Amino acid sequence: MTQADMSQAKTSQADASADPTDVLAASGAPACSGDVSAVGLHAERLLNLYPSTPATVSREEGLLLYRDMTLGRRFEDKCAEMYYRGKMFGFVHLYNGQEAVSTGVIKAMKMQHDWFCSTYRDHVHALSCGVPAREVMSELFGKETGCSKGRGGSMHLFSKEHHLLGGYAFIGEGIPVALGAAFTSRYKRDALGDASSDAVTAAFFGDGTCNIGQFYECLNMAALWKLPILFVVENNKWAIGMDHNRATSDPEIWRKAAAFGMHGEEVDGMDVLAVRGAAQRAIERARAGEGPTVLECLTYRFRGHSLADPDELRAEAEKEFWAQRDPIKRLGAHLIEHSLATAEELKAIEKEIDAEVADCVEFALAAPEPKPEELTRYIWAED
Amino acid sequence: MAETLLFNALREAIDEEMARDPHVCVMGEDVGQYGGSYKVTKDLYEKYGELRVLDTPIAENAFTGMAVGAAMTGLRPIVEGMNMGFLLLAFNQISNNMGMLRYTSGGNFTIPTVVRGPGGVGRQLGAEHSQRLEAYFHAVPGIKIVAVSTPTNAKGLMKAAIRDNNPVLFFEHVLLYNLSEDIPAGDYICALDQADVVREGKDVTILTYSRMRHHCLKAVEQLTKDGVDVELIDLISLKPFDMETITRSIRKTHKVLIVEECMKTGGIGAELMALVTEHCFDDLDVRPVRLSSQDIPTPYNGTLENLTIIQPHQIVDAAKQLHAGTI
Ligand SMILES: Cc1ncc(C[n+]2csc(CCOP(=O)(O)OP(=O)(O)O)c2C)c(N)n1
Ligand SMILES: [Mg+2]
Repeated sequence: MTQADMSQAKTSQADASADPTDVLAASGAPACSGDVSAVGLHAERLLNLYPSTPATVSREEGLLLYRDMTLGRRFEDKCAEMYYRGKMFGFVHLYNGQEAVSTGVIKAMKMQHDWFCSTYRDHVHALSCGVPAREVMSELFGKETGCSKGRGGSMHLFSKEHHLLGGYAFIGEGIPVALGAAFTSRYKRDALGDASSDAVTAAFFGDGTCNIGQFYECLNMAALWKLPILFVVENNKWAIGMDHNRATSDPEIWRKAAAFGMHGEEVDGMDVLAVRGAAQRAIERARAGEGPTVLECLTYRFRGHSLADPDELRAEAEKEFWAQRDPIKRLGAHLIEHSLATAEELKAIEKEIDAEVADCVEFALAAPEPKPEELTRYIWAED
Repeated sequence: MAETLLFNALREAIDEEMARDPHVCVMGEDVGQYGGSYKVTKDLYEKYGELRVLDTPIAENAFTGMAVGAAMTGLRPIVEGMNMGFLLLAFNQISNNMGMLRYTSGGNFTIPTVVRGPGGVGRQLGAEHSQRLEAYFHAVPGIKIVAVSTPTNAKGLMKAAIRDNNPVLFFEHVLLYNLSEDIPAGDYICALDQADVVREGKDVTILTYSRMRHHCLKAVEQLTKDGVDVELIDLISLKPFDMETITRSIRKTHKVLIVEECMKTGGIGAELMALVTEHCFDDLDVRPVRLSSQDIPTPYNGTLENLTIIQPHQIVDAAKQLHAGTI
């Protein structure tokens, strides 16, 4: 049974119920008072999720995923340390807990061929795309060696070389840009006659972002023109302090795809193999000219919204529920269980990553500042 | 040489540039099958196909952002604002992504885009369709702003804007599409950053743009009869201003009158006045004078609408007073 069939089944069951108020009661939907149980509606959704077909991975692939997720995690931990030591400034949004999404989607795509578009929570997407940790850390330190030459900062990471269309600091504004990259793929193939033009674009954004107009406008255009794009929703339940269930009429974002006649799928965003499996299906469809997909990944951020957020609102039981589903530990256990790696090998990877992260900090600390006389450089295309 | 209507001059420019470079494409509401609400893209859909002349849904912010993404990945989109006022909905994409992205990306990406369409006060179109967005967008870094006023400059500037590697906001005027004149044949380009000295004179410099150029020309006829020798400059480039041409003229006339269609507060003239004061203070015999539209939503009623924008007789009066030193 596909996800679409599954939802159909759920819906028709509900419809069969005699009294519509029973349905509301049974679904546990409160009028607007937030969660009904200690772990929260988001957790309940995860527990009731219909399992999708996960990717199967070789030893090499498994280790690559493990390495990428570990790099994401340790890099972010180092950012927190550097922020509190006064080495970086501004709004810094960390990705801890959500690694399975970045790694699961991006590592299923073709590096320096497909395109990627992120938000202000973009460090780990950049790393997954292949932007060197040195360039990302340098950017956070505002250095000339940063991937945006110290002009962008945490929320504006860019790398043309690695096909990173950018980090976007305003909610939703990256989605149309990603759509434009997908449009270029189709344009090159169908208007310029380049049969090899099959790049797919992945746009990443959060649950809160699914309430803004640009999201819907882009779903419409993507479906209308069958553009090769994945709308990757990282549903971590929270938009700063706004509970997803208090912000949206139907919390199941993947279902909104159906209104536009496109594929939608929900997936356990704490399971990198589940995300990878769903991403592979969506990428295959997009590359074959079969159009876009909304991929809703149920996930959670382990830290506050940003390093300035005291994180006082979220229930301990909720945090605990998700912490137990740490996507890195889960992949590690899977690799060991399936004899794809040993605990020692994973330890060795972690050590290597720690060295890489220490190196990027050292590099960024020693790197030069942008030159004051180049303050106005990069405004115009000519300089 | 043949008489060409302004909208056809724009159309020729787009057609020639699309033929020259297959990466040039058009996107917007009704630009394709319908040919554009002012027919600037008439028949191009048939000629270039539905991807190169893309009819978009009514979603200004999203399709403008799509143009940004397309430009970042190698295309050269021309976005049509059906009416420039509608681009208030695309302010986010024009400001953050067209204007600032090259800088925030540290030079990673360029955004070769043209955003064009009809602006200005038309004939009783009501407040919302009579806006002058050039003033609202003026502070956005990283975009060039031009305003065309004749079939000749419309064509030459459109071609230049399409070939420029930066985002260009390209203002046409609802009431000028049917202007007609002989335009040079074939491939010619006007510089995006150069003002046009429409008439040389020694007494008073008038700085203007877009439709007001034609009001000023009417005023100049009268002023010439009355013995005032006007130097009339069409700014063309609203950002950056061609300060070289402007300064040269003021050094000669020592008197400057700014005539604009946008509102007085926070207008193009306000910025121009500040720059003229900074650059030419010692050259001025009298304070610079500014004639702008009223700071009000443009009324529907025809008489009130005429009172809202500057009329030729007001230009005549102001220039005479400036000349006489009685202002
Ligand atoms: C247009 C706009 N409005 C408000 C904000 C402030 N803001 C930054 S992040 C955020 C919450 C977004 O939540 P979500 O989309 O779920 O992403 P998450 O932070 O959970 O990754 C808000 C309101 C913004 N950046 N842009
Ligand atoms: Mg969220």
